[in-house]
Amino acid sequence: MSDHVFRPETLAIHAGQIPDAATGSRALPIYQTTSYVFDSAEHAASLFNLQTFGNVYSRLSNPTVAALEERVAALEQGRAAVAGASGMAAEAIALMTILQAGDHVVAAGALYGGTVTMLAVNLRKFDIETTFVEATDPAAFAAAIRPNTRAVYAETLGNPSLVVLDIAAIAEVAHAHGLPLVVDNTVPSPFLCNPLALGADIVVHSATKYLAGHGTTLGGVVVEGGRFPWDNGKFPGMTEPSPGYHGVKFYETFGDFGFTMRCRMETLRVYGASLAPTSAWQILQGVETLPLRMERHCSNALAVARFLQQHPAVSWVNYPGLPDHPQHALLMRQMRGASGLLAFGVKGGLAPGVTFIESARFMSHLVNIGDTRTLISHPASTTHRQLDEAQQRAAGVLPDMIRISVGLEHIDDILWDIDQALSAATR
Amino acid sequence: MAPAANGTIGLRYDARMADDIASLRRILDTCRTIAVVGLSAEWHRPSYFAARYMQSHGWRIVPVNPRYTQVLGETCYPSLEAIPHKVDMVDVFRRESDLPPIARSAVAIGARCLWQQLGVASAEADRIATEAGLDSVMNRCVKIEHARLFGGLHWVGVNTRVISAQRAGRPG
Repeated sequence: MSDHVFRPETLAIHAGQIPDAATGSRALPIYQTTSYVFDSAEHAASLFNLQTFGNVYSRLSNPTVAALEERVAALEQGRAAVAGASGMAAEAIALMTILQAGDHVVAAGALYGGTVTMLAVNLRKFDIETTFVEATDPAAFAAAIRPNTRAVYAETLGNPSLVVLDIAAIAEVAHAHGLPLVVDNTVPSPFLCNPLALGADIVVHSATKYLAGHGTTLGGVVVEGGRFPWDNGKFPGMTEPSPGYHGVKFYETFGDFGFTMRCRMETLRVYGASLAPTSAWQILQGVETLPLRMERHCSNALAVARFLQQHPAVSWVNYPGLPDHPQHALLMRQMRGASGLLAFGVKGGLAPGVTFIESARFMSHLVNIGDTRTLISHPASTTHRQLDEAQQRAAGVLPDMIRISVGLEHIDDILWDIDQALSAATR
Repeated sequence: MAPAANGTIGLRYDARMADDIASLRRILDTCRTIAVVGLSAEWHRPSYFAARYMQSHGWRIVPVNPRYTQVLGETCYPSLEAIPHKVDMVDVFRRESDLPPIARSAVAIGARCLWQQLGVASAEADRIATEAGLDSVMNRCVKIEHARLFGGLHWVGVNTRVISAQRAGRPG
């Protein structure tokens, strides 16, 4: 006998939330509480020893946040998940749980600017070094691995480079060296791509983007696949008694969700970047419609890409959903669609690009992605401005690049706004 | 138990093994007395974690370990055959090579389920148990499965795979 396998459209609505035991509430209650009573001193001891699963304090776990964690774990075909206060918090929780001083990371070059800064500047302060390599070249990942490398990091669909990661190939390189592959799957969202099923070990999300979808709420999630052999000798923090949690051996005790438990009980508990229950609730309102929204984001973005390709004011278009994109075949092997994110150059370079952005009627000039609204930005002067031009180019950012996060407005209106702004830019 | 060296804990399946939600719920609902073979008396060992959890949720634990006379307030027996009363489930915390004779003992004492802990999956023991009509579960933790199906694991973000419009229930 085997259990029925539910599809993502059903998981997006139901996973992680059954009617409330106390009230029968069908919608998810917001458990707005910091702490939870113990039944007895022994119950308290048993909870602190992790011998019984239960809630102690909302920095560690909260029933409303747990619904989001389980839902994203289910959508990602993962074993378990832990939420954080933002996408950056999720990344920090994942990396700080794996890494310690003296360790080394091999990362794709085409990454979100905040991630580059975390790896190249902030973790460097703690004597964790990162080598950035060409995201499309598995041999470059292999060549950069050292004896002290402890993680391989990449984005499934680079933001804003839109480089498509060959997840299976990079996972093979990582696994051949006994390393986990950690991927940021924010841009495709779990509806378009499930990296764990393709060989990745840990997925991080900025839930602020497509998962929430409404541009109102910050949040992040770390998802564990449950297949990585943490007992291969490279990760004593997973196999030896934890000095940070009174001697628990996380991998032995919790097995295939040991990494998530360690993220929660060591890193989240100590650094405190927990997700608020109201934020988890707001993100979940968006997650329920994720599959419907992603289908429309993809179809609108493809129409925009085709429109831009034939537009006389446009010098280049980068959208891996276009059949003539060099990575289109790889994308279609790994994903249901190419997301709502695309990039293009306005003829004439930087100045007309800025005019384009300033001439938009309803397309919003801001630095988020994955909103219902169509968003436009100029990465070289905003998200990636902390990087020098060489780092910008390594991250796939060109000086004339306009990034569009295509929203859910009517496609005719989106094309109209793009067209009138392009006319203004080239007038 | 130590996870399998190949890192595939939680992912090894066998056609005979009970691994669907309905079967696991039935096994946990009906097996109220659990003989725990290889139960440690040390609080931080996984066997102690699991047994103490099940005991605190209302199951009767019967420790089986020649090293002790009492664990968790219950008489500890040197072998399954030494237990003077019926047990429903035999939950085994021993290495894979020790499993086949324990499976034969489980059949001999009339247990209804042989449960091999996380990281332990003896196909021979599985065959011995299922051919004698016992339920067989391999490479699973009884505590984790209880918590997955009846609520606790959901609170720590585990994908329980439970989809339901019924109110949450927590037997035990």
